[in-house]
Amino acid sequence: MKVYLDHCSTTPCDNVVVDKMIPYFTQEFGNADSLHGFGRETAKAVAEARSTIAQLLNCQPNEVYFTASGTEADNWALKGSALSRKDTRKKVVISAIEHHAILNSAEWLEHNGFEVARCPVTSNGIVDLDALEKIVDDNTSVVSVMYVNNEVGTIQPVQSIAEIAHKHGALFHTDCVQAVPYLKVDVKELGADMVSISGHKFYGPKGVGALFIRNGVRIDKLVHGGGQERSRRGGTTNTPAVVGMAEALKLNASEMEENNKHIKLLRDTFRDRVLNEIPYVHFNGDMEQCVPSVANFSFEYVEGEGILMMMDLKGIAVSSGSACSSGSLDPSHVLLAMGVPIELAHGSIRFSFGKHNTMEEVEYAVQSLKQILATLREMSPLFKLREGEIHNV
Amino acid sequence: MYNEKVLQAFAHPKNVGVIENPDGEGVVGNPTCGDIMKITLRINNDIITDAKFQTFGCTAAIATSSTATEMIKGKTLEEALKITNAQVVEELEGLPPQKLHCSVLAEEAIKKAIEDYYSKKA
Repeated sequence: MKVYLDHCSTTPCDNVVVDKMIPYFTQEFGNADSLHGFGRETAKAVAEARSTIAQLLNCQPNEVYFTASGTEADNWALKGSALSRKDTRKKVVISAIEHHAILNSAEWLEHNGFEVARCPVTSNGIVDLDALEKIVDDNTSVVSVMYVNNEVGTIQPVQSIAEIAHKHGALFHTDCVQAVPYLKVDVKELGADMVSISGHKFYGPKGVGALFIRNGVRIDKLVHGGGQERSRRGGTTNTPAVVGMAEALKLNASEMEENNKHIKLLRDTFRDRVLNEIPYVHFNGDMEQCVPSVANFSFEYVEGEGILMMMDLKGIAVSSGSACSSGSLDPSHVLLAMGVPIELAHGSIRFSFGKHNTMEEVEYAVQSLKQILATLREMSPLFKLREGEIHNV
Repeated sequence: MYNEKVLQAFAHPKNVGVIENPDGEGVVGNPTCGDIMKITLRINNDIITDAKFQTFGCTAAIATSSTATEMIKGKTLEEALKITNAQVVEELEGLPPQKLHCSVLAEEAIKKAIEDYYSKKA
């Protein structure tokens, strides 16, 4: 049995989306910037995609800028706004639990003379608004906080964060990459000046994202080139990808309510069974203020990558916040920022459900997880210590 | 990223457990690094007749624990002390570069267990 429980990483592209994309590879292949008929046909499709996305985000089509990924959109939003206002404002504020696209962009800005402040979060993984109030000041050029965290699924109070930013004349950017599949992303309701989205997180194609930039907001460009994207982002428009992303976003909006109900039932069943049937387990995140798809746990006495690989051997795909799976020496920065002890962060696993999962798969995942934990704990000197069998570790 | 041999050693580890009243015992690593390995040895006439391990760690740590304990069984203490992590990795036909440090754990645990045996004897 093959079970995919890693929808925060990526999702399968919907068939209707693929069907919509295919003609733009082979027949309607023109460069959207060309003056001839081939180009004009493609330009029409790109304009239509832009307008569909704008409508769903509740903004103007000329406020939607296509990028090659959510990461590029994040890079552009943070670096572009910091650079454009560097003469008057030298500070950038982010949360401690941002995606690496923001985290590492902020670090780059720090290396280049900007001040970066990282706002702490509560133990449930939600931005501490009192702390944020104290951090944001009149020297802040941009505040960037994600709408939904990618590791624990918590929903951030972005409206309040936008207010704090605007009170000080700072721009507000929110990474909505993980939010789009489950929450309405209305840029006006969010109070955002910039919003990032990514096609492949909502059953669309990979290699395409978009940045909403509110009209009147000036940010420096990062990708220099031709006059594409209103001369703000060079590079030939990836027509099949933007057409696919628009189709996926449309489908996502029409299915959202139904999908959320289905996914939540699966996730809640899984979460409750894990908490009730497996000993020495901790839930990471917030039970209420979270998207319906994610369940992140720390399992005591075992290392996350070991669980991940054993699940993989059983055909189940999950993610881990352990250092070993990230390729660095430190475990998940999100869990550490939430105050999760380092040894528990090493033993963390993220399960993220999607619209194609079934209750049968949930059952298989629970049973597999129970077996795997029993095996790995049997192998763990720390577990034996807890059980009182060894006294001298 | 892991080869088939590593995955097999991980999926079906040999010598998991603890030898009661061992002749030598070695524990290395710590939980904050995400790796702990404990080796217990049965030693007769300076020959390792049995070895068991318990490991808290990733795929590479468990695979190397299994392979290293297999490699020292039947060896004299002198031979076992000469086994390096590079040899363990070679036996597994390679580990991803960022995982090489996990293989050091097995070498260290073996050395510590043998030292424990010598110190008990002395």
